[in-house]
Amino acid sequence: MRSRALAGAALAAILMLGAMPARAVLPDEIMADPAKEARARDLSKELRCMVCQNQSIDDSEAPLARDLRLLVRERISAGDSDAQVIDFLVARYGEFVLLKPRLNEHTLVLWLTPPLALLLGGFALWRLGRRKANPAAAGGDSAAGLTSDEQTRLERLLAAESAPDKPL
Amino acid sequence: MIAESGHYALVLALALALIQSIVPIVGARWRDAALMNVARSTALAQLLFVAASFAALVTLHVTSDFSVANVYENSHSLKPLLYKITGVWGNHEGSMLLWVSILALFGGLVAVFGNNLPLSLRAHVLAVQAWVASAFYLFILITSNPFLRIANPPIEGRDLNPVLQDIGLAVHPPMLYLGYVGFSISFSFAVAALLEGRIDAAWARWVRPWTLMAWIFLTLGIAMGSYWAYYELGWGGWWFWDPVENASLMPWLAGTALLHSALVMEKRNALKVWTVLLSILTFSLSLLGTFLVRSGVLTSVHAFATDPTRGVFILLILFVFIGGSLSLYAWRAPALKQGGLFAPISREGALVLNNLLLTTACATVFIGTLYPLALEVLTGEKISVGAPFFNFTFAPLFVPLLLAVPFGPLLAWKRGDLLGAAQRLMVAGITALVAIALVFAWTYGGATLAPLAIGLAAFVIMGALCDLAERVALFRIPLSLSLRRAGGLPRATWGTAFAHAGLGIALIGIVCETTWNSEYIGSMKPDDVARVAGYELRLDGLNPRQGPNFREMVAQFTVTRDGEKVSVMTPSKRNFTTRGASTTEAALLTRGASQLYISLGDTSADGTIAVRIYDKPLVLMIWWGPVLMAFGGLLSLSDRRLRVGAPKPAKAAARALQAAE
Repeated sequence: MRSRALAGAALAAILMLGAMPARAVLPDEIMADPAKEARARDLSKELRCMVCQNQSIDDSEAPLARDLRLLVRERISAGDSDAQVIDFLVARYGEFVLLKPRLNEHTLVLWLTPPLALLLGGFALWRLGRRKANPAAAGGDSAAGLTSDEQTRLERLLAAESAPDKPL
Repeated sequence: MIAESGHYALVLALALALIQSIVPIVGARWRDAALMNVARSTALAQLLFVAASFAALVTLHVTSDFSVANVYENSHSLKPLLYKITGVWGNHEGSMLLWVSILALFGGLVAVFGNNLPLSLRAHVLAVQAWVASAFYLFILITSNPFLRIANPPIEGRDLNPVLQDIGLAVHPPMLYLGYVGFSISFSFAVAALLEGRIDAAWARWVRPWTLMAWIFLTLGIAMGSYWAYYELGWGGWWFWDPVENASLMPWLAGTALLHSALVMEKRNALKVWTVLLSILTFSLSLLGTFLVRSGVLTSVHAFATDPTRGVFILLILFVFIGGSLSLYAWRAPALKQGGLFAPISREGALVLNNLLLTTACATVFIGTLYPLALEVLTGEKISVGAPFFNFTFAPLFVPLLLAVPFGPLLAWKRGDLLGAAQRLMVAGITALVAIALVFAWTYGGATLAPLAIGLAAFVIMGALCDLAERVALFRIPLSLSLRRAGGLPRATWGTAFAHAGLGIALIGIVCETTWNSEYIGSMKPDDVARVAGYELRLDGLNPRQGPNFREMVAQFTVTRDGEKVSVMTPSKRNFTTRGASTTEAALLTRGASQLYISLGDTSADGTIAVRIYDKPLVLMIWWGPVLMAFGGLLSLSDRRLRVGAPKPAKAAARALQAAE
């Protein structure tokens, strides 16, 4: 139970008995080469501290997170690309270490839900719009939608000119 | 005695809620006004008894009565008074009591202000409200009673979790609950409408202000929680896509959608069935949030399995209310009359697009939060879904949403003119392009997406201003006339502009903080100097200090810029004796909207201390945005057109209204 649970909701507050504030990267971990250090930091944000609740190793001060941070830096020093570092960690710790899961048969539903929700929602709206527009839609609009001002204005207009029945 | 009275008051509140659950419904069936009016008196009496119960728990905490388990576990006699009071809801049992108290408060408000509601509608609404209340009273009394005594009372309490000993606990949970639970009103109205089988104008006029009120509180509650996390947790993060945060974000997204669809329903009598569904979903998500946080299921599925009493109980409540209301919806909604046609390009169309994107965003948070749990339960496989997933999926949803925001208010109801709206947004578009060019030139070689995001934010802000300018015919008629028109604009119009501009402000803060944040991480000893973003920070020294229930080590930094002294900052590290826990009190120096942030790490044997210093440009805009949004909501809420039973607007206002349209 890490302290970050506090963040969003008060409800959270109560979960966190024994929570400790977390501060991640320690001074002695930083790599000499700023470019490599920046890569290490970016990678760290994608990797989960596996003993924490939803914290990246960049945020966590757990010993495991420190070990992983050092491991990432070790791989970078050894000349690994970002993808190689990630592969190495996944091979060692499993998919659980990734905060953004890869697309595979187990995560298909996860990844497809947002686009499908959007597409299906959009499709439903399109269908609805067509159905409404088709069957002699005009005139179906009730006067109840008018505000009282519009209503009085409408009545005034109707009174002013005895309008012929328009085929709306 | 006080504990027993509080307990008894809660039992009485349950009894009243049970009466309120049944009698008004029977009354509505028999068309018996006296029976329907029972709802009103029971709702008020219920509020009275819950308030008494809550007051009892506060008294126990304030007087440090350690014979009560809840006080013993969460309080300490030396704790400052403020934290003795806020500690009441700084634990599971107390926070549930706060939850039902607020629920009863809203029930009481409907009872008091609902005089001009149709009698049967009010009876139904209060009965549904009482169903929810009864379930949660039972939950508290059976699984989470805060008034239990300890046989052999200890002399001293175990103190409140130090992280919670902060003013944030006084503001954040009550605000958040006012939001969460406030949505119960729109839920009750929706279920009442389904039970009655009709929705009339009174319904829509009622639901919108209540939704708006809940939304204002939830917006402020989330923003406050985010700022609290930012300064308290000590590494300057402000949003973590933590399941607990997501639990509050889901009702917010759904509630924002509801706010906009209720608008269509009120003005145009359209989207009725959808509005009812959103009302149900929004409160269901509030309940889901309560389940996620209260059941311990988030910590791990196994923690839930080992002590499932509470979790199973809330899960049951969840199933009954969400399942019940959705079944009722499926059964009765087709009977509700649809009305109000509109072309795709219209104000309604824009609001529908808003709803589509917001509900998709909500579905994304929902699946991202629950998928790992479901997968583990079903297959035993463990995956993580964290910030990178949400950032990745949210951007494609929010970019079109933000692009569309300025268009909405400029389109006419029923049938709008997209080209005309685009022309009127020309100034906003040009401002956005200039902003992109300027930021790009200024940060040449840096992030490429950030200037675009700043441009988007500028577009949203200027779009809100364009809408106002359009309505007062700025620069097309004499300025004095424009000003007079501005005074006559409905407050809801101002509210919309403020809320939409708030979105842009928050976006600027978010982009600046995440892109141009600079940091210094290092070990320092006295007289060392750290350099961050043009500031020089000299560590003057470390001094121990004794607080009421903690000891702290205070570091003093002198901040200079270009040789001139700016300020002195004093971050500290506190050790709480009772729990043996420590907290980091970050020091913040505010300069305009930007902040300099120092937090301390551990001291090492050679007398150095680990120090983290961040320069966070424009970071405060992240929270100014939501505050502006809430302010817009408040303006809109104070609009007399929204006030139920308010007299017709005065003549002058009506003329201004016509001029505006």
